[in-house]
Amino acid sequence: MLTAVQHLGEYVLSLLREMGRMLLFILSALYMIVRFPGKPVHILKQINFIGARSIFVIFLTAAFTGMVLGLQGYYTLTKFGSEGMLGSVVALSLIRELGPVLTALMVTGRAGSAITAEIGIMRITEQIDALETMALEPFKYLVSPKILGALIAVPLLCAIFDVVGIAGGYLVGVKLMGVNPGAYFHEMEKSVVWKDVYSGMMKSLSFGLIISWVCCYKGYYTTRGAEGVSRSTTAAVVMSSVLILVWDYFLTSILL
Amino acid sequence: MITLKQVSKNFNSQVVLDNLDLHVPNGKITAIIGPSGGGKSVLLKHMIGLLKPDSGEVLVDGENIVPMGRADMNRVRERFGVLFQNAALFDSMTVFENVAFPLEEKTRLSRDEIGDRVHLALKHVGLSGVDDKYPDQISGGMKKRVGLARALLLNPAIILFDEPTTGLDPIICNAMHRLILDTHAQFGFTAVIVTHEVPAIFEVCDYVAMLYRGKILFHGTPEEIRAAEDPAVRQFIQGELEGPLQFL
Repeated sequence: MLTAVQHLGEYVLSLLREMGRMLLFILSALYMIVRFPGKPVHILKQINFIGARSIFVIFLTAAFTGMVLGLQGYYTLTKFGSEGMLGSVVALSLIRELGPVLTALMVTGRAGSAITAEIGIMRITEQIDALETMALEPFKYLVSPKILGALIAVPLLCAIFDVVGIAGGYLVGVKLMGVNPGAYFHEMEKSVVWKDVYSGMMKSLSFGLIISWVCCYKGYYTTRGAEGVSRSTTAAVVMSSVLILVWDYFLTSILL
Repeated sequence: MITLKQVSKNFNSQVVLDNLDLHVPNGKITAIIGPSGGGKSVLLKHMIGLLKPDSGEVLVDGENIVPMGRADMNRVRERFGVLFQNAALFDSMTVFENVAFPLEEKTRLSRDEIGDRVHLALKHVGLSGVDDKYPDQISGGMKKRVGLARALLLNPAIILFDEPTTGLDPIICNAMHRLILDTHAQFGFTAVIVTHEVPAIFEVCDYVAMLYRGKILFHGTPEEIRAAEDPAVRQFIQGELEGPLQFL
């Protein structure tokens, strides 16, 4: 009994320690962003890596998500004789919810895992120690540009996702199922308001922070060689994805 | 000058450094030898503040670096250069960019001046024509020489070498030792070398410290260690399986 309580206590303490370390990590990173924003070229590199190189996968995911929404939406709306509302259903689902969340999950899988692996390998091969011994701040080179890059790239990717998804819905709804194109866009224009776009972008921005924070953190504290890098990468992807979904719920309830 | 006073360090329940005292004199080469996994690299990392001791003091030129914050620590680290075990070159950068990196980040030199200094540093370590190669395109020995060029670039007063010859063949190993001696003669830095190259390192260093079970078991000149009568020291430098040191 005592051992079980001891284990529980140990677990809770280590959890609290980990949370405290994560909080200090992001505070240090944000301080470094304000104090030493770093060279624009480093930030541009990260925007290219996180953003530009994710466009293909975002395009593909968005197109098929929009097409599925077009199909499912049409199937459901015809039951009520409201297929003219398809544009509104597709656009609102994408802009408010699916765009930010799916973009974030895809970026986590494509770029987040790579960020953790890159920083993790730098940790185990003493490249981060080398930066420290040169009296240079590792956060300035490794963490801050990635956070800034993600904060810029993820909302932009989300905007691309929304547009491509709406086009995918149009392709299936209008071209395949025969919904009136005027109705598709008219209903969309009528129902989508600035607040929908704003809340989607806010979500995207916060997801960008979550991805870069968790993935950089997991990489930065990697230990125990190649196996440690693999463990950190998996943990970063799982933790980012779960946090994105949990945070999405809370943000939705605030922004509704 | 580096002095460690009563330094202790535990990892979980394992004692790695146990009330250790060590004095590294200025301008000399001190080798730290001892069994694998005995804490030599941990000791080296304490000297530059990458690890903090659980208790004790680490004095660099009289300043205790243990309680120092980041800004003060960075000021002290300006005096150091480090050659890591696997050179720790930035693998996303070319050889040139690796060596130029500290200059680009810490000085306001022009591109041409940086280029000149990088090429001079590479020349000092006997490398040329490798500017555009990435670390994974050069051999282990070359990586270490690039690492040494990077460490030498800002003319540090102290250079720490973490197993500079591990994984190198005997000829390259001798060449690396020669390089350390030549650059030391030229620049006059204080050197601390963690190594397994016994007895070859005795030809290179001015002092030897043997670390065993978290303490300095022996500290003296190469001549003194060769003449040492302590059975543990004798067993280690002669590489004998039987004796007071238990490795297996």
